[in-house]
Amino acid sequence: MLLLIAQKLASIALLLVVVFSASFGLMRLAPGGPFDSERDLPPDIRQAIEARFELDQPLHRQYLSYLADVFLRFDLRPSFSYRDVSVNQIIAETFPRSAALGSAALLVALLFGLPAGVLAAARKGAAADLLLSASFALGLAIPNFVLATLLILLFCFVLPWFPVAGFESLRHLVLPALALGIPIGAGLARLTRASVLEALASPFVRTARAKGLAPRAVLTRHALRAGLVPVVTFLGPAAAAVLTGSLVIEKIFAIPGMGTFFVSSVMNRDYTLATGVLLLYFGLVAVLNALVDICLHLLDPRVELK
Amino acid sequence: MKLWRHRGARAALLILGVMGLLALLAPWLPLADPGAGELSDQLQAPRGLHWFGTDTLGRDLFARTLSGIRSSLFIGLLGALVSLVIGVLVGALAGFSGRLVDSLLMRLVDVLYGIPFICLVIFLLAVLRDHEPVLRAHGITRETVLYTVVGATTWLTMARLVRNEVVRLRGQPFVEAARAQGLTGSRILIRHLLPNALGVIVVALTMTIPSVLLYEAFLSFLGLGIEPPGVSLGLLAAEGVEALGPLHLSWWLIVFPGGALALLLLSFSLLGDGLRDVLDPRDGRFLE
Repeated sequence: MLLLIAQKLASIALLLVVVFSASFGLMRLAPGGPFDSERDLPPDIRQAIEARFELDQPLHRQYLSYLADVFLRFDLRPSFSYRDVSVNQIIAETFPRSAALGSAALLVALLFGLPAGVLAAARKGAAADLLLSASFALGLAIPNFVLATLLILLFCFVLPWFPVAGFESLRHLVLPALALGIPIGAGLARLTRASVLEALASPFVRTARAKGLAPRAVLTRHALRAGLVPVVTFLGPAAAAVLTGSLVIEKIFAIPGMGTFFVSSVMNRDYTLATGVLLLYFGLVAVLNALVDICLHLLDPRVELK
Repeated sequence: MKLWRHRGARAALLILGVMGLLALLAPWLPLADPGAGELSDQLQAPRGLHWFGTDTLGRDLFARTLSGIRSSLFIGLLGALVSLVIGVLVGALAGFSGRLVDSLLMRLVDVLYGIPFICLVIFLLAVLRDHEPVLRAHGITRETVLYTVVGATTWLTMARLVRNEVVRLRGQPFVEAARAQGLTGSRILIRHLLPNALGVIVVALTMTIPSVLLYEAFLSFLGLGIEPPGVSLGLLAAEGVEALGPLHLSWWLIVFPGGALALLLLSFSLLGDGLRDVLDPRDGRFLE
């Protein structure tokens, strides 16, 4: 087990170095410099700035010293566009907001998705199932930015219950979390329904039924437990979906989270900030995927660890 | 045709047919110009001449939605095509060329599955944007860049499905017969294996198209995809969000383009489900 965890960590580290190198290469390939938008910088000031960011060094030097800073000293360097703050500081400030939004959205997805999926499976073919299944399909089809706008229209303007934008209180979190969480919950519900149905059709459930166990007990004690295995698998892609969705949701609700900073940093050629956020995103998703793998192995030892 | 008897697939085909035809024929229909508007008509609610209302510049939203569907579908189909080519190549190569190549390629696919591609795509599009004059000189438009990049990141499922199908088919007697006749490996692959894997490829394609559509909408919404004066469903939704304010509840600007996008996504996923049921009865149906 320990060996496996070490192996996973090593492969994550390798992935991050690859991502780092790719983003370094891509950014340096771009023709514009990060300070092109400054009007008429005096040459000596430009030189001083470039020296500070080591832009005057040969490329391999820049690469190696940056690599050492990031991976050995965990220093993501100062931001290019927000001159006085380091990327570490920006991330430390914006990450908690994005993490709060993301976990609230996952909570919404689990709270809606799991019970709805189990209910649809238990009532398979009945009106409740058809209605629920149709709403899952609909929830999957409506893109989260459309949902977000509809929510704002309904609950901010028509019924003034929630604030439109910003990130000060819990009330600010409700609508973004719903907009981000509902489509993911619909996917989760569909998956839960399918896997519980599959479990219900399997021999061990037939045995339980043959023993005379009440239908409810069969469902909760046997089918549900087996049916939850694929649901754990879903958490990896769900984390990626939350991350993707948060890029637009943060924009719509004007939440100063990491997604907002990521998009603007890429647009402004803020190399250091973009690289830092990119590394954090990739690391986060990779760690979650590794955790899911390990959990699956613990839940069901037949699952091989890759 | 069996697909026509499948209720969901039939509805999906009808919806897609109507939307596709309308969007395709839009330039020849007697509609308002999607790019020109009267400022005196701005932000009209749907009625009379403007079925879907008008936007902040007084442009007719019905015409704009149709041309949005047109360019979104265009990018969706081409992006899916790019992903089809890459996915089939990788899948066929992995399934057909021995254990070492297979395990290496599938390992790569596994690793790529765990990557948040959207960040990479955003990164790539922003960098390519800086090269735009050079690209344009070579006749590469923004649309081309968009569907190539998106297609190049959505081929994983296709590759996995094609590989599994090729591995399954490879052991069948008809392949052995072809080999006994002295056919070369590449000929067996092209003439015998891939045509038999067509069902799987088509199903995977209907699953890829909606994800490319969604990608496009998403990127255009963030301002990294199609840009004005171009029109796409994601861009229209972004304009709708911008126009929204407590003073003018311009719901039509988000409901119609968003609804069109949702309808497209829903139809493609229904079509995919129907195709899977018809082409692959092993999966699911027999269990019930």
